[in-house]
Amino acid sequence: MADLASGPEGAPAAPAVPVVVLGGYLGAGKTTTVNHLLRHAGGRRIAVLVNDFGELAIDADLIEGQGKDGVLALAGGCVCCSFGGDLLGSLRDVARREPPPDVVLIETSGVGLPAAVARVARLAAEVQVQALVVLADAETLPERLADRFVGDVVQQQLAEADLVVLNKVDRVPAQQVQALMAQLAGRGVLAPVVPCERGQLPPEVVFGVAGNRPDDAPSLGRVAQPLGSRASMAVASDRFESVVQHFDQPVDVAALAATLTAPGSRVVRAKGVLTGLDGQRQLLQVVGCRFELTMPAAARGPSEGQLLVISVR
Amino acid sequence: MNPVTVFRARRILTLNPSRPTATHVAVRDGRILAVGSADEVAGWGPHTADDRFAQQVLMPGLVEGHSHLMAGSLWRYVYCGYFDVHDPDGRVWPGARTLDAVVQALQRAAAADDGPVVGWGFDPIYFGASRCSRHDLDRVSSTRPVGVLHASGHILNVNTPALERAGFARPGLEHPGLPLGADGLPTGELKGPEVMLPALDHVGLNRSFLSGDEFGIRAFGRLAVRAGVTTATDLAATLGDAELETQLRLTAEADYPVRLVPFLRLIGLTPADAVARAVALRARSSEQLRLGRIKVVADGSIQGFSARLRWPGYYNGAPNGLWYTAPETIRECYALALRDGVQVHTHTNGDEATELALTCMAEALQQHPRPDHRFTLQHVQLADAAQFRRMKALGLGVNLFANHHFYWGDEHRRVTVGPERAERMNACATALREGVPLAIHSDAPITPLGPLFTAWCAVNRLTASGHVLGAAERIGVSEALHAITLGAAYSLGLDAEIGSIECGKRADFCVLDDDPTAVAPQALKDVRVWGTVQGGRVFQAQAGTD
Repeated sequence: MADLASGPEGAPAAPAVPVVVLGGYLGAGKTTTVNHLLRHAGGRRIAVLVNDFGELAIDADLIEGQGKDGVLALAGGCVCCSFGGDLLGSLRDVARREPPPDVVLIETSGVGLPAAVARVARLAAEVQVQALVVLADAETLPERLADRFVGDVVQQQLAEADLVVLNKVDRVPAQQVQALMAQLAGRGVLAPVVPCERGQLPPEVVFGVAGNRPDDAPSLGRVAQPLGSRASMAVASDRFESVVQHFDQPVDVAALAATLTAPGSRVVRAKGVLTGLDGQRQLLQVVGCRFELTMPAAARGPSEGQLLVISVR
Repeated sequence: MNPVTVFRARRILTLNPSRPTATHVAVRDGRILAVGSADEVAGWGPHTADDRFAQQVLMPGLVEGHSHLMAGSLWRYVYCGYFDVHDPDGRVWPGARTLDAVVQALQRAAAADDGPVVGWGFDPIYFGASRCSRHDLDRVSSTRPVGVLHASGHILNVNTPALERAGFARPGLEHPGLPLGADGLPTGELKGPEVMLPALDHVGLNRSFLSGDEFGIRAFGRLAVRAGVTTATDLAATLGDAELETQLRLTAEADYPVRLVPFLRLIGLTPADAVARAVALRARSSEQLRLGRIKVVADGSIQGFSARLRWPGYYNGAPNGLWYTAPETIRECYALALRDGVQVHTHTNGDEATELALTCMAEALQQHPRPDHRFTLQHVQLADAAQFRRMKALGLGVNLFANHHFYWGDEHRRVTVGPERAERMNACATALREGVPLAIHSDAPITPLGPLFTAWCAVNRLTASGHVLGAAERIGVSEALHAITLGAAYSLGLDAEIGSIECGKRADFCVLDDDPTAVAPQALKDVRVWGTVQGGRVFQAQAGTD
């Protein structure tokens, strides 16, 4: 029998590239959002994978050229390619590019299920799926959810999300937005719902922050109210606030994570290395309703005990 | 004046009701000049008598309205199916009745060649509970990649080296398409295109999924001759420039025996781009390569539980399937195609997918009314009578998957849709009763290319276990013969050129040793095919060796 110990061919030596799956039904604003994120990449080299070019129109001024491998070169070192039927192959190819992208954004097809896309992406050792972000159009969502052909698909897309982005809220009255958010919670959507206009999301909400030091977080505006035991200012905007919670003492990290991700929590992103009650250091990463606890890779740093939390107001 | 050839036959079944049978057919310039008695056709002037078919029966060249060129490409590889089949050259490949027999067939191929070892047509459904694992295929080779494609086309079994090359030979993988063994490693069964694709490259199977494979196109032509087919579709083509050039070149060869009708698949293109591309392709059509049609896939397959079903859904409680194309996209494609006169055929397996196609069509027709559009629903396996009535009202035709009933009918009855709905699957009689234009198909290579077998399936509705499933949906032999000639030609909008033997049409004949209207309906599948005449050119099926 063949020997399995040798491991897969081309096993990656590089650290896994984070992947964000961006889902949502047709017309939810995925294209606008992707263009916004590319335009505000903040130095991130984003690789956008789209089901097919037919479904995504990258703004012409962002396109710098087309390579013969079918990869579209975009401003700021970003790229875009179409995966057609072969998501796994394309994902591996893009993760192995030199230099590797900082993050891969997979845009699902309008009828695609984000969890199914994430399951395939997790088969690539080269990447690590970080977040399932699902967009919905506030204007048409009630109609979509009631549609006899696609209602169940739209519902499932939202139920699978770590984070729901309710787009185009500027087109509906405020009380209707509130009603929609209540309706989603009643339909088993566990993820926090982030209101948004014209796909204008801070990239940190979609991609998280690069590290867990306060100076990694780009400044979005005013000082936020303290949340933690001794919080300091970080970033904020009209819709989001960002704070750093300081933990000088060991903390029950799992319980903290459960609180941050509980239904009704307004936390959309959190990240930090904390010391647990057992004295073990743990890297806590929160995306909406899901969290992950892993062993921190690096040695103890100056930001130890600090948790950067981005919440929706 | 170009020369005239008069073929004499034991009997000619014209499928033209005003002159249903004849003995002589005169051919000039690849077209039918006259059909009738010797005296009647002689009136056209001097001719050469060709009596080689004096003992044969001629019928119109058969039309396969739903097949894929991959049916030819797969003959690069080792046949691993359960049933005996003929290859393009007429050699019989015995069915492998056990997993050991499959392994032995692959071992023989491994001994004859270097490189990856690939099999196809595998159907372990007939082997009882035992599953094929990578260890079984490691017996073929422990160093070279080995892959075996299932008959459905949706599953690939691989050995350990192929698993390693695909990057799946590690623990911790979680995916419904990758069953794990007791050791926590994948068993080597790769289910679904997403997990198959990384391995397909390594076993060399990827090129079979392209429509520009020269070997495959040639092999397909020989398969068509064996099946009496003179026009066939390649129903989901990407039709890139290179593939198109290859198809144009090969079909123009003096001895290429079949007229191909490739459909551009709506994938990776917006509806507007697809329709514009179809219009551009139409202008490049030749006599033997008919371009400019679009294929839309609405849902998945019933046996794969990826078809969209209406209430109450799957018999075994499986969750509803998937939309492969968004409803908005289908609607837009229909509207633009109606506007520009481009024909669209839509794959709908589940009855909810059929419902969606009907709804989209009703809306698109209001936007861009177009009589005689020839839009056709493909497979349409679960449609009920009310849906057939709506098809009639909207001018839609159907191409039903009659063969499916034989190969998977037992499974549908037992697992997927239950006894009642299984009986209405591929409802040929209902389609005819409600006045919906009917064709029937093989979906080759999913099931073998052979319209006479397909006709037998529609006439008898027997499953592989010998059960008559849906006796009320059986149709008569003459109706089935119509479906595999004029019926399929109508679905392609080619019924003015092919599908019957009458003056002015292409000289396309299916040459038979037996008369399908004289044998028992149960024996329709055993009617012997001598070969074909296509555009007046004679093609004898390879005699082969048994």
